Amino acid sequence: MNSLLTNEVPLSWYLLLSAILFSLGVLGFLVKRNLITVFMSIELMLNAVNLSFVTFAHQWHAVKGQIFVFFVMMVAAAEAAVGLAIIIAVFRTRATLAVDRIDLMKL
Amino acid sequence: MNGSLHLWLIPLLPFAGFLINGLLGRHLPKPLVTTVALLAPLAAFGVVLNAGFLNYVHVNPGFGDPSPYIETCPFGWLNVGALHIDFSFVLDQLSMVMLLVVTGVGFLIHIYSVGYMKEDEGYARYFSYLNLFLFFMTTLVLADNALLMFVGWEGVGLASYLLVGFWFQKKSAADAGKKAFVVNRIGDFGFLIGMFLLLANFGTLTFTDIAAKLTQNPGWTGGVLTVTALCLLLGATGKSAQLPLYIWLPDAMEGPTPVSALIHAATMVTAGVYMIARTHVLFDHSPFALSVVAIVGAATAFFAATIALVQNDIKRVLAYSTISQLGYMFLGCGVAAYSAAIFHLMTHAFFKALLFLAAGSVIHGLGGEQDMRKMGGLRKKMPVTFWSMTAAVLAISGFFPFAGFFSKDAILYSAFQQGSLGKALYFVGLVTAALTAFYMFRLWYLTFMGENRDPHFHPHESPWSMLGPLVILAALSICGGWIGIDRFGSFLSSVTGSTIDPATAPGGKSLDFALSGVAVLVAFIGWFVAHLFYKQKPKQPAELAAALPSGYKVLTNKYYVDEFYGATVVKPLLAFSTYVLGWVVDRAILGGAAWLLGAIATFSGAILQRWQSGNIRSYAAWLAAGAAAVLLFLVVQWPAVLANFGIHLGMMGH
Repeated sequence: MNSLLTNEVPLSWYLLLSAILFSLGVLGFLVKRNLITVFMSIELMLNAVNLSFVTFAHQWHAVKGQIFVFFVMMVAAAEAAVGLAIIIAVFRTRATLAVDRIDLMKL
Repeated sequence: MNGSLHLWLIPLLPFAGFLINGLLGRHLPKPLVTTVALLAPLAAFGVVLNAGFLNYVHVNPGFGDPSPYIETCPFGWLNVGALHIDFSFVLDQLSMVMLLVVTGVGFLIHIYSVGYMKEDEGYARYFSYLNLFLFFMTTLVLADNALLMFVGWEGVGLASYLLVGFWFQKKSAADAGKKAFVVNRIGDFGFLIGMFLLLANFGTLTFTDIAAKLTQNPGWTGGVLTVTALCLLLGATGKSAQLPLYIWLPDAMEGPTPVSALIHAATMVTAGVYMIARTHVLFDHSPFALSVVAIVGAATAFFAATIALVQNDIKRVLAYSTISQLGYMFLGCGVAAYSAAIFHLMTHAFFKALLFLAAGSVIHGLGGEQDMRKMGGLRKKMPVTFWSMTAAVLAISGFFPFAGFFSKDAILYSAFQQGSLGKALYFVGLVTAALTAFYMFRLWYLTFMGENRDPHFHPHESPWSMLGPLVILAALSICGGWIGIDRFGSFLSSVTGSTIDPATAPGGKSLDFALSGVAVLVAFIGWFVAHLFYKQKPKQPAELAAALPSGYKVLTNKYYVDEFYGATVVKPLLAFSTYVLGWVVDRAILGGAAWLLGAIATFSGAILQRWQSGNIRSYAAWLAAGAAAVLLFLVVQWPAVLANFGIHLGMMGH
């Protein structure tokens, strides 16, 4: 009630959104066959977590959460560079991006 | 006393020789190997002589400085609770005599070996083993406690094993070494049990402490002392080849002949006699054990002598004669005439080493032939060997004034003085003396007399490196007994107790002379029969054998003792090992358990393998499922949920 009067979105909504986004990321990771889609799902999970970091930072008036977000973004950027490089390398050698067929580790 | 006698050098010098020749011998020139091998026992002999001179001659010209000289390693050895055992050596009259025999005769045999083993490939190996033997033998002799003696005891067994099986490419030699080792284990088992009993009842293994405790309690006899003494006797019968454990010694003749002379005649096999003499106080407190020693000795002496009558291998005759003579020593110990036993040990070391070395010279001259039936007429071809062998034959047969006469007479006389059992054993010993003279002269006639029976042989006299020791030992075999048992006994008396003095004993001196006369007479009878059989009527032995085929067969087959042991001990043991231990325990139980463990791993692996699909998405799914499970565990209020189902956890269950 209070939050409606002050025109502010309540905390739990943010967290709920974050959880939904994260679950969608997991779901995408599990069900999609294309490697690039899988990769995007990971990015989605990272950003879902970022959202909850920012939420808590705002709630507690603590800047640490926001700093963490920057960290995560930085790692995600680096990861995107390395991950895409790997994806290109895999595609060049195997001529496919279907996750199911990249299974050389199987016995 | 008089400063240090450096007893520790006596074992360590041969040990150094062993290390040098054993580690580097193959790369060293032969003369250097020889020098090292000969210097080690010579230097040890020098140290022994020096110690003897300082301790017994220089200090006290009248012999018999009674207190033993003890040298202890400052570092200690075993200190466990109340038990203290040191590396300590003792020099008293007993160990002095033994040391002189071991290092002196040992040195002579080393010289002889230089000539005998000259052509052998394993020259350095042979001498390193021989030096190793001297190291352990001197340790055994010098030890002042039973444990250190046991170290030497096992060590000489090892050296004996190595040297019997010296020509290990020959299966019979390798088997003989194994047999010697295994049979000795049975005796060692007795020695060990005896040691445990000593430790349990006396709390010490030092010989002098045990003797002191027994002297303080003169009334303590029989019982546990008898058991202990019998256990030690079992050890002694193993090492000294007495009934029932003598079977390894004849086979041990597979080794080189100087080894037979040193280890299986002069020194190692007498270790059992020495051990009994060392622990004689224990035996003195157990008349029963003493009687057993005497009976074992006399029985072995007679038993082995009868087998020696019909053997054709020259070394086997000597082997059985060694067993027989060791029986005499045991008989001497058994009638508490320890100094007489040690006296016989000494003279036996001289003449039996000589017999073996002379036999070795004959074998060498005939290019390895050991069958006496093929020899003959060697007296002209090998005069030095012939004459020294003659001295040894006369000595072992007990003719006056050769060494064997004095010592054998001392044992027989002491036996005669020991009640009715002693008199019975005396007659066994007397008959054995006749048999001894017979088989020794049989050997002598077959080998040296008559004409050469096999024209293939071109016998030649051995080199002087071999003849020199023969001549020295021949001199010792002639003169070695002239010390006389009286002086020898009084020299040893502080260790072994006093001997019977014929002048005051029942029967007086005249009995002593009468018994000596009988002994010589009996030896003459043995000689005469041998002369009759093998000189005058060479067909007689074959006729006698044909007349008594069963008796002859039993003797040539050595009473079937080996076969008997084979059937009663070896075969059942082998069957037990093969079927019960091998098949049931090893293959079924142990093998089955190992197979089961392997099967479990393989089977569970085959199941878990399916998890590792190689599919990234399945891994991710498991990861997600795991994360979900952790979340579920953390978030849900489990006690409350479970309470809904009527389940209460222990912690909350009130």
